[in-house]
Parts: sequence; structure tokens; C-alpha cells
Amino acid sequence: MGYFRGFAKTFKVMFEKRTTTQYPEEIRPKPERFHGRHVLNRYEDGMEKCIGCELCAGVCPAKCIHVRGRDNDPDNPTSPGERFGFVYEINYLRCIHCDLCIEACPTEAITESKLFEFAFTNRQDAIYTKNELVVDDLGLPQRLPWERWDTDTDLLSSGWMRATAPSGKADVTGTVQWGGELGYGVRNPEASQAEQMIEIETARKIAIAQTSASDGHGDTHGSDH
Amino acid sequence: MFATGDPLFQRSFDGWVLAIILAKTLIVFGIVLVSVMFMVWFERKVIADMQNRIGPNRAGPWGLLQTLADGTKLFFKEDIIPANADRFVFKLAPFLAVIPAFLTFAVVPFGGTITIKGSPANPDSWYATNLQLVDPPIGLLIILALSSIAVYGIMLAGWSSGSKYPLLGSVRASAQMVSYEAALALAVLCVVLVSGSLRISDIVSTQASDALQWNIVQTALVPFLLFIVAATAELNRPPFDLVEAEQELVGGFNTEYSSIRFAMFFLAEFMNTVTMSAIIVTLFLGGPNAPISKPDWIEFSPPSWLNFAWPIVWFVAKVFVFLFMYVWFRATLPRFRYDQLMDLGWKKLIPVGLAWVLLLSAAEAGNGELQFIIRNMAIVLATVVVGAVILGRAIRLGTERYQEVGAPGDEHTTTQPSLSASPKTGAH
Repeated sequence: MGYFRGFAKTFKVMFEKRTTTQYPEEIRPKPERFHGRHVLNRYEDGMEKCIGCELCAGVCPAKCIHVRGRDNDPDNPTSPGERFGFVYEINYLRCIHCDLCIEACPTEAITESKLFEFAFTNRQDAIYTKNELVVDDLGLPQRLPWERWDTDTDLLSSGWMRATAPSGKADVTGTVQWGGELGYGVRNPEASQAEQMIEIETARKIAIAQTSASDGHGDTHGSDH
Repeated sequence: MFATGDPLFQRSFDGWVLAIILAKTLIVFGIVLVSVMFMVWFERKVIADMQNRIGPNRAGPWGLLQTLADGTKLFFKEDIIPANADRFVFKLAPFLAVIPAFLTFAVVPFGGTITIKGSPANPDSWYATNLQLVDPPIGLLIILALSSIAVYGIMLAGWSSGSKYPLLGSVRASAQMVSYEAALALAVLCVVLVSGSLRISDIVSTQASDALQWNIVQTALVPFLLFIVAATAELNRPPFDLVEAEQELVGGFNTEYSSIRFAMFFLAEFMNTVTMSAIIVTLFLGGPNAPISKPDWIEFSPPSWLNFAWPIVWFVAKVFVFLFMYVWFRATLPRFRYDQLMDLGWKKLIPVGLAWVLLLSAAEAGNGELQFIIRNMAIVLATVVVGAVILGRAIRLGTERYQEVGAPGDEHTTTQPSLSASPKTGAH
């Protein structure tokens, strides 16, 4: 009579809760280390962090970054150092958002926001230049008209850097290793991975306890569309 | 072939009669088209629910217009005919599939009798007609014949494509549909034995009074189950959808079809599903009849316009149950293997069908007298037992030979794992 158990199963699933997110209307919060569109950061005094060293272009596995450096004008410097990024272009038809450029950058000039909802209608538009990439005077990413920004899209944009311990050890904790993003200031470092694992484990145990407690009750139909 | 049962033809023939016939034709055509649209949407929605998904919800309220959008899209797509195709047959095949699908619904009664009143004072201007497009004396045979013709559509589509996967699909289609047609016909035969007529309206009227008179009870359930299984196979629906087993045959018989020609096959498939559900309801569940007649102690009498609405409501409700059943099958059952399909058809369904026809005819031949019924039953039971023993022996011999020698064309192994002897997976 295994057949009938199968029929009962499929029938029961009809009334289970749906996990689908109705995407365009309903936006899920983005993960902390989501990799999205890049931004070029500036210092508090408005100087650009990029020094035109081309390390990002060199490390890029998709060869999507094009950088050319130039000597600063001594009277009117663009960046604090000797040179600055004169040309900075990212081709988003090639970028795979691996964040290796962020890891390579010696001055934290390039970081990634969580923006992924941007579309182009031709290949030229897919190439972001310095005009689009550099942050505004407040240090926040420019919100271009064809991009869809939500409240959390530019939060924690240095999450990936902060997750990567400069010493090569995953357990670095307690020290601020990275400068702030201009718009949000300097943030406290993350907990060490050991501490995070404890948190995750606790959350998981609570979740298991909750689901096993609610298993006995019939779920309500969740497919309200 | 004018029907005698319809009150429309028992009066003098005039322009209004013709107009009513035309209107009925259009209405049936419309019902079939709309029901197909609904069925495609319903299937996608229900199967989505059963797979914990949402299903179409973009076009129109609850995605109701999704089928329309898909149809429009298909209509405007490029129509490709492969270079190897037999062009004439390739173009003909979709029509061979879709036209029988339309025609079958013509013999299905989907409501009671309606009266169209001209002037209230003059009864000569009243026209009464059954909600059934045509009621020929051989209605059941027409259903069987049209379902056989539909095989040609699928078979020729695969053959004329000039491509190997469609050909395999159509070979499967012809073998499957021909074998299951026998079981289908045996189940229908049981209904005919009980009802005593091939005319659909007679079959419906013999089931009129209450649910105990329905053929599902009168033929003792087995032909009903037989019919459902055979009909599912006849419709090429899961778990019998070997014809379009996409994991094995790309798309099956319709692989090379595109644009509106593909849409026609798609249309025909869902149309057949709706029609077959309607036929099950008609043959076994009393068609538009209510399961219970209104008890006398209920004083309330509904307004007269409801008199023609009630049978339609009952009919639609019953058809709906079977549409749901087909979707449920699809969501639950994995596809049969080809040899399992043939085993089920030839070694199980057809013998059971034959035995049941014998038993029912024994009961009918008794003319309601107990001694004759018992005598006939005894003879038939003896026949059935002898037949079952011989058949069982033959099947076992065949299976053993198959295991020893290997299947024809099977050069790699000399032993085939027995299907029935496979270890049962433990209860979980």
C-alpha cells in the first residue's frame, strides 16, 4: 500500500507553507558578505584612496578591470600619494564578483556594495567608469538611475575584507584592522570564527527545537499569491 | 444521423432549430477551448502546490491568463519543418490530433434539458433541447473510434518528423494506445452490458435516480478502475507518458514540432484529458445527475432557472474531481518502464476486463432469476479459474524463458533480473 502513502504525501504538501519569495515585490535582506557592484572609496578629506597601482587589474581572473595611473598634480592632488587612478573601468559583463580585487587593494580603495539589480541594454553601458564608481561627498555609493538600491544594499560593504584576517589566521579578533568607509565610519571588528561558530550552533539548536515542537500541528496553507 | 432523443427534433424543423443547433455547436466549441485553458492553468497550479511551489501567478489574477499568454507566444514563433520531414504528413498530423479531441466532446451530455421560450402565450414558439450536441445511437462507438483516430495524429507526427526520437516516441505511442484500447473497450463493454444501450443519453438516463444506480456501483467498481487506468494510458498522461518521456526521448513524438503546430498537440493532449474525465463521469458516475434526489421533507423548491443549472453544476463538479485526480497521478507516480507498461496492459488489465465482462454477462443473462444467475455464475467462474490458471502458467513460462535466454537482441547479459523478485525496500 506504499502507493497510497505517496498520494497522501503529495496531498499533504499542498497545504504546507511555501518558502518562495515573491521577488520583485518582496525583497529578502541581503547576506552580510554579499558581493555586488564595486565602489571606489575616498578618505574623510575627500581624497581618493586609489593610487593607480593596478594590482586589482592584475589579480582579476576575469580581466574585467582596466586601470591607468598618473602622477598627481602637486598643487591639486587627487590622492594623498604620488600617483592616482586616472582611468578606472570595470566591465560588468565580465566581472564574476570574486572580490579578489578587494583583497589585492593595498589602500582599501575598492570595495563591493551589495547592489546586483542593475541592467544594461548595450555593451557600452556595462562598463562602469570612475564617474559611476567613485563614492559621493558623504562617502556613500552613487545611486544611479538604472540601479535599484534598497536600505541594506550599501551596508557593510567592506564585509568581505573584514572577514579576511590580515595575519592569515581566521581567528583574529578584537583589533580594528581596516579603515572605515566614509559614509558609515569605522566599524567594530567581527567576532572571531570560533565565537561565531558558537552563535551559529546555538541558533541551530533553537531552530531544531522549535520545528520539532511545531511538527505535530497542521501547517496553514502558505501559498497566498 | 439525426438523434431521436433530443426534444428539439421532435417538433417541426425551422430556422430557429437550425440556429439553436449552431449556437450549441459554438457553445460546445467554446466550452472545450475554455476548459483546456483552465485545465492547463489548473494542472500547473496544483502540481506546483504539490511540489511546494507557487506556480504561474503573473498573467492575470492568480495567473489565470498564463495559458493565453503561452498560446499567443507559440502562435508568433517561427514554424520550423525539418528538412527530412515528410512535409504533407508533418502538417497533417497536428490536425489529426486536435480534431478528434474536439469531436469527442460532442457526444458528452453536460447538462439536462433546457427550454427556450419565445412568447410565453404560444407554446409553439418554445424550443426544448438537451445540453448535448449530438446523441447518435452509437455514441460510445464514436468515442472509441475517435480515440483510435487520435493515435494516428501522434503516430504520423513521429513518423513524418524524419528524426529518431520522435519516431521512437510514436512507436511507443502506437503500441501503448493499441494495447490499452483493448482494456478500455472491455471496461466500456461492462457499462454497455449493464445499461443495454450504446446511446450516451440512455446510459445517462439509466443512472438517473440516485448514486446507487450509477454504473460505478452497477458494474461493481472493477470496470471503473480498469477504465481509469486504461484511460490514463490512452491519454499518455503520467505515469504512462512514455510517448513523451522527455528524459529518454527529448520531447517524444513532438520533438521536431514548433510554433502553433506544437501548440495544437499540447491543446489536444489537455483537451483529451478534459474529455476523458467527462466520459468517465458520463459512463460511471451518472453524468449530470445528482447523487441523491431531493428528499420530500424539504419544502424549499429552488427557482425554476436553477433546474437547468443544477445538472451542469453536478457535471462540472464531478469532472473537476477527475481532473484533480489526473494531476495528482502526475505529481505522485513515477513513469512506468516500457516492459512494465506492456505487462500491466496485456497480463493484468485485459484478463481482468475479460473476466469481468463474463461475470457481468452471466448476471445479466440470468434475467433476474436467482437460479439462472447462480448457474451462469458457476459456469463463468469455472471458466475464469481455468483461464486464470492457463494464463498464469503461460506468463510464468514466458518469464522463465526470458530469464534463461535473455531478451531478444540482448547480447550483453544472459540473465535478466526478475522484476517481481527484486528485493522489497523496507518500510520507512
